[in-house]
Amino acid sequence: MPTPTKGRRMGGSAAHQQHMLANLATALFEHGKITTTQARARRLRPVAERLITFAKRGDLHARRQVLTVVTDKTVVKTLFDEIGPSYASRDGGYTRITKVGMRKGDSAPMAVIELVREEAAARPQRRRARRGQQAAGQRSGAAAQAAEAEATEAAATAAEAEATEATATETEAEAQVTEVVAEVGPTSEAAAEQSDTADATEAEAGSDEADAK
Amino acid sequence: MAVPKRKMSRSNTRSRRAQWKTAAPSLIACPQCRELKLPHTACPTCGTYNRRQVVTPSA
Repeated sequence: MPTPTKGRRMGGSAAHQQHMLANLATALFEHGKITTTQARARRLRPVAERLITFAKRGDLHARRQVLTVVTDKTVVKTLFDEIGPSYASRDGGYTRITKVGMRKGDSAPMAVIELVREEAAARPQRRRARRGQQAAGQRSGAAAQAAEAEATEAAATAAEAEATEATATETEAEAQVTEVVAEVGPTSEAAAEQSDTADATEAEAGSDEADAK
Repeated sequence: MAVPKRKMSRSNTRSRRAQWKTAAPSLIACPQCRELKLPHTACPTCGTYNRRQVVTPSA
C-alpha cells in the first residue's frame, strides 16, 4: 500500500491505521459518500484514489492487489465494474472532501468524502494556431507590452472579444513599429524572443479564462 | 521530585487566568441562503457548499 505516512499513525498503531483506512475505503466504494473526521478523510483520499486507479486498469492482477485491501468481494466487483470505468475520462481527483463543521460530542472537525460523479471537463486547448498571427504583428518591445496589457484585459471578457481585441492590438502594434524601428532597430532574434514571451502570457491568460468558465 | 514550596496566591492565579480569552469565529454569508456560516465549510443551514448539495441539513 502507500508509503508509510510521516508522523503519528491514526488509531495508535500501524496495523490499526491500515485496517481503519481499508474499512473507510470499503465504505466509500459501497456508499459513494461517507462522513468522517477531516483527518481520516485526508488520509483516506490517496488510498482510495490508488484503488480506483487499479480498478481503471481492470486486469486480474490489479483485482488481486485491491483484494488485499478491500476484502469484500461484492464491493470490489462494483469498484471494477462500475466505479472504475466511470472514471475513464478523468485523470486523478476521483474523490472530493468537503468540510462540514464540528461533531457535537467532541467538537471534532468533520468532513464528507465522496466519489466525484461529474464528467471531467475538457482539458484547456493549447492555442498554437494563434502563434503565427501574433509573431507577425509584434516587432518592438512597446508593441509586446501593449499586447500583454490587452491580453490581461481580454482574459476577463469572452473568447471572441479577446480574439477581436488581439487583432486590434496587432494593427496598433504595426502602427507603432514604424515609429519605434527608427529609434531602436531591433534584430530579428530579439523580436522573436519578445513574441515568444508575449505568446506565453497569452497562453496563460487563455487558460485562466478557461478555468473561470 | 521537585515540588512548589509555596501555595499559589489567589492574585497570581487570577492574573494568569485573566489572559484566557476567546475569539469570535470569522463568519461569512452563505451564497445560497445568506445565513452566516464558517468559511470553507458546507453551510449547516442549507447543506450546500459551492452551491452543491453536500449534506442534508438537520432541521
